[in-house]
Amino acid sequence: MEYEAVIGLEVHVQLKTNSKVFCSCSTEFGAPPNTHTCPVCQGMPGVLPVLNRRVAEYAIKAALALNCQINPLSVFARKNYFYPDLPKGYQISQYELPLAEHGYLEIETPQGKRRIGITRVHMEEDAGKNVHGEFGDPHSYVDLNRTGVPLIEIVSEPDIRTPEEARLYLQKLRTIMRYIEVSDADMEKGELRCDANISIRPKGETRLGVKTELKNMNSFRHVQKALEYEIKRQQKVLEEGGIIVQETLLWNPQLGATETMRSKEEAHDYRYFPEPDLVPLEVSQEWLEEVAASLPELPDEKKARFIEEYGLSAYDAEVLTSAREMADFYEAAVKAHPDNPKALANWVMVELLGRLHAENKSLLEAPVTPQQIAQLVALVDKGTISGKMAKEVLAKTYQTGKDPQQIVEEEGLVQLSDESELEAIVEKVLEDNPKEVEKYLAGKTKIVGFFVGQIMKATKGKANPQVVNKILIKKLQEKGEQQ
Amino acid sequence: MELCWMTVKEAREALDKGELGAGELARAILDRVEEVESRVRAYINVFPGEALETAEKVKGGPLAGIPLAIKDNICIRGLETTCASKILKGFKPPYNATVVDRLREAGYVLLGKTNLDEFAMGSSTENSGFFTTHNPWDLDRVPGGSSGGSAAAVAAGECLAALGSDTGGSIRQPAAFCGVVGLKPTYGRVSRYGLVAFASSLDQIGPITRTVEDAALLLEVISGHDPRDSTSAPYPPHKAQELLFKEVRGMVLGLPKEYFGEGLDPQVRGAVLEAVRVLESLGCRVEEVSLPHSPYAVATYYLVATAEASSNLARYDGVKYGYRAPEHKDLYDMYVKTRSQGFGVEVKRRIMLGTYALSAGYYDAYYLKAQKVRTLIKRDFEEVFRACDAVVTPTSPTPAFRMGERLADPLTMYLSDIYTISVNLAGIPAVSVPCGFTREGLPVGLQIMGRAFDEATILSLGYAYQGVTDWHKKRPPV
Repeated sequence: MEYEAVIGLEVHVQLKTNSKVFCSCSTEFGAPPNTHTCPVCQGMPGVLPVLNRRVAEYAIKAALALNCQINPLSVFARKNYFYPDLPKGYQISQYELPLAEHGYLEIETPQGKRRIGITRVHMEEDAGKNVHGEFGDPHSYVDLNRTGVPLIEIVSEPDIRTPEEARLYLQKLRTIMRYIEVSDADMEKGELRCDANISIRPKGETRLGVKTELKNMNSFRHVQKALEYEIKRQQKVLEEGGIIVQETLLWNPQLGATETMRSKEEAHDYRYFPEPDLVPLEVSQEWLEEVAASLPELPDEKKARFIEEYGLSAYDAEVLTSAREMADFYEAAVKAHPDNPKALANWVMVELLGRLHAENKSLLEAPVTPQQIAQLVALVDKGTISGKMAKEVLAKTYQTGKDPQQIVEEEGLVQLSDESELEAIVEKVLEDNPKEVEKYLAGKTKIVGFFVGQIMKATKGKANPQVVNKILIKKLQEKGEQQ
Repeated sequence: MELCWMTVKEAREALDKGELGAGELARAILDRVEEVESRVRAYINVFPGEALETAEKVKGGPLAGIPLAIKDNICIRGLETTCASKILKGFKPPYNATVVDRLREAGYVLLGKTNLDEFAMGSSTENSGFFTTHNPWDLDRVPGGSSGGSAAAVAAGECLAALGSDTGGSIRQPAAFCGVVGLKPTYGRVSRYGLVAFASSLDQIGPITRTVEDAALLLEVISGHDPRDSTSAPYPPHKAQELLFKEVRGMVLGLPKEYFGEGLDPQVRGAVLEAVRVLESLGCRVEEVSLPHSPYAVATYYLVATAEASSNLARYDGVKYGYRAPEHKDLYDMYVKTRSQGFGVEVKRRIMLGTYALSAGYYDAYYLKAQKVRTLIKRDFEEVFRACDAVVTPTSPTPAFRMGERLADPLTMYLSDIYTISVNLAGIPAVSVPCGFTREGLPVGLQIMGRAFDEATILSLGYAYQGVTDWHKKRPPV
């Protein structure tokens, strides 16, 4: 039987505000344990939370970028459970009335565009961290630096059908969070965390199967692998006549397998109820409009515009808009040389990114400016240098930081385009190679490449290949007519 | 006049005129504490050295040199704050409650921290994890609770005034039992920052004093918006003068029939109705009114309050501060033993009630329903306050009861708050004012309830009443 998977993702994104969500402690990562804490985030008796407005602003921004409707009134709630990294014994979150609902995000799959629904986006505080066995003694320690760092939880509809779509969804989510600058959303750093709910059902069936929840997937690759594993596991259980047990599973990346964490019976009862220490968050129309106005152009809009405005292919536009800094780099280059956006796209994507990739560098570390790329392409377009020469010039710019124009001048790299000069050289090459001319005239037209090579050799590579081609074909035709 | 019986107002005037030194006053009170404290046991901690030192150095401010006591569930930086619970024994907060900051700015002299029912859960101070406070009018009787220590200290001359906290009557009921004035301000009037939470949506700090005038003086100092408390109302503090001098002639007082029915001690009833006649003689008009949802108040309260408490008290887990069970197998065992050993019976009972009320499958039937009834109770008051300026009732159905009398039966104990609980559910202000004594010589309290943020009406009524009566001038035999 053929099965299909039904996947929904719950993603936590850490917001990069300077201070925590309910107190003014720093959110900076990597400080000595418990130095970024105060009575409020330590959960001391009698202290009270006060909402950081900036957190609400970032959360609204994220929700808008995910096409959500923002609730004019949303309510904080307490999620109650005991754990040493949770100093109050409850986490302040949102439950019945979340910040935002009914959104979606679109992903580009090999089968085409897919829209994944977003059920809700809500705000909550992060927990601290338990440290075990790090100080060479049998005790466990608690570091509360992360306690109260702001998070948003983004819950998707069960619209995802394949592990690949899940990965694409997460990557798109990261792109959007980075575009709107509310989070760096780096999974390896825990700035983006993902849990998955997954069930399978026979293809064509509309009812849902029993789901399991997957946790502990710390990279896009692991999410995909864990889901692939879990689909196979569930399929095997069903094919062997078994039933899927509703449970929470942990992905074990070493084993490449999922393991039971807790059964449905052991599931927590979080006893959610409205947080009496906070008033409901009111989002006025005015505030909403203000935040909406601060949103930058989002990846989907940008991609459409790149296709429309610059005549790029969908693929090129997708690659160039996959990170905001790349799109910005590209557009800065287009601004400096507006005549040939397609060539610029190629130079940025293939030549520049290729080099950076080889060195494991990001575009932000590129030793080449958008203006230099633009200048390079302009030199090619004007015929001053050939494409081949341009690659060498780029290599030099990359190494030295010098402008392409300067390199061309310093090294006398100007292309030989003068027709009368080139005609003489072509004539000489043909005279020196009568056998090859014979072959050409006998129909072996591929031998043109040999002549071009000889001409380039004679001009030390400076001959303009287009001009050479034109003259060569003309001369060879003349020879044919003379016969 | 004996210094320990001065009102805040009298002491203020004497200090200002230079007839009295702050050190002298503090010493007089400390002497009184020395004299009676072994019998009353109002304080968990007294700070004689610090009190004298502060008094000697006192500068300006509306409460400069005034010796006050603070309920031990209000945080003071560097001083043990126990909530009368073993679980917080030894806990010294590194911060002040906002009210403490404001009292300090006003120049007060801290005498000590007063006893209470553990985590303010109780009506007799018998639930203190340490010891029981005695009623200065009859040492065999309870002072009421949970602010029993504060009320007893004010009544016994062990301070000029005190702060308490009121979640379901915890300021007003002990004030009534001890023959002093207790004000529960409107929810949001006084910052809760630094008040160890029992039930966050009901808790409110307020003054316990000998006169209504003193209550107004203290309210002026402690009230007003606090950015550290999101539920604090965006209003500046009221001036005491504005709180006391509203014209009471022509005010309409509602007498809710539900508060004068079964279970009301006839002597209490008699004293309260006599007080109503006094108010009539001051030009008030009295009307019988109805608060139809009153019979559900106690049930509603014990769902809302315990639900919030079950969550608020989760932080006492033995991990960060306070008590930790010395021996345990693992984390879970540590939690269980710490909380089993650290909390008293009543606190555990309420945590369990609240946990149950919030549990999956019961939430709608209990917590949610209670919230709905709470709204109805609030509406009852809104309806009544359309026609009335204030509502007048007994503070408690009985005078102070004997120690141990109600301990075995929590329900009877809960019923001693039957007249005070609705006020917290509705978030409105109310004051208890001494209005007589029983034949046994036990004080009776008159409760005046007002519209939200209209402390001025109830305090003006109380002030006018005290102007023509002298119940508040009687001193206990202790």
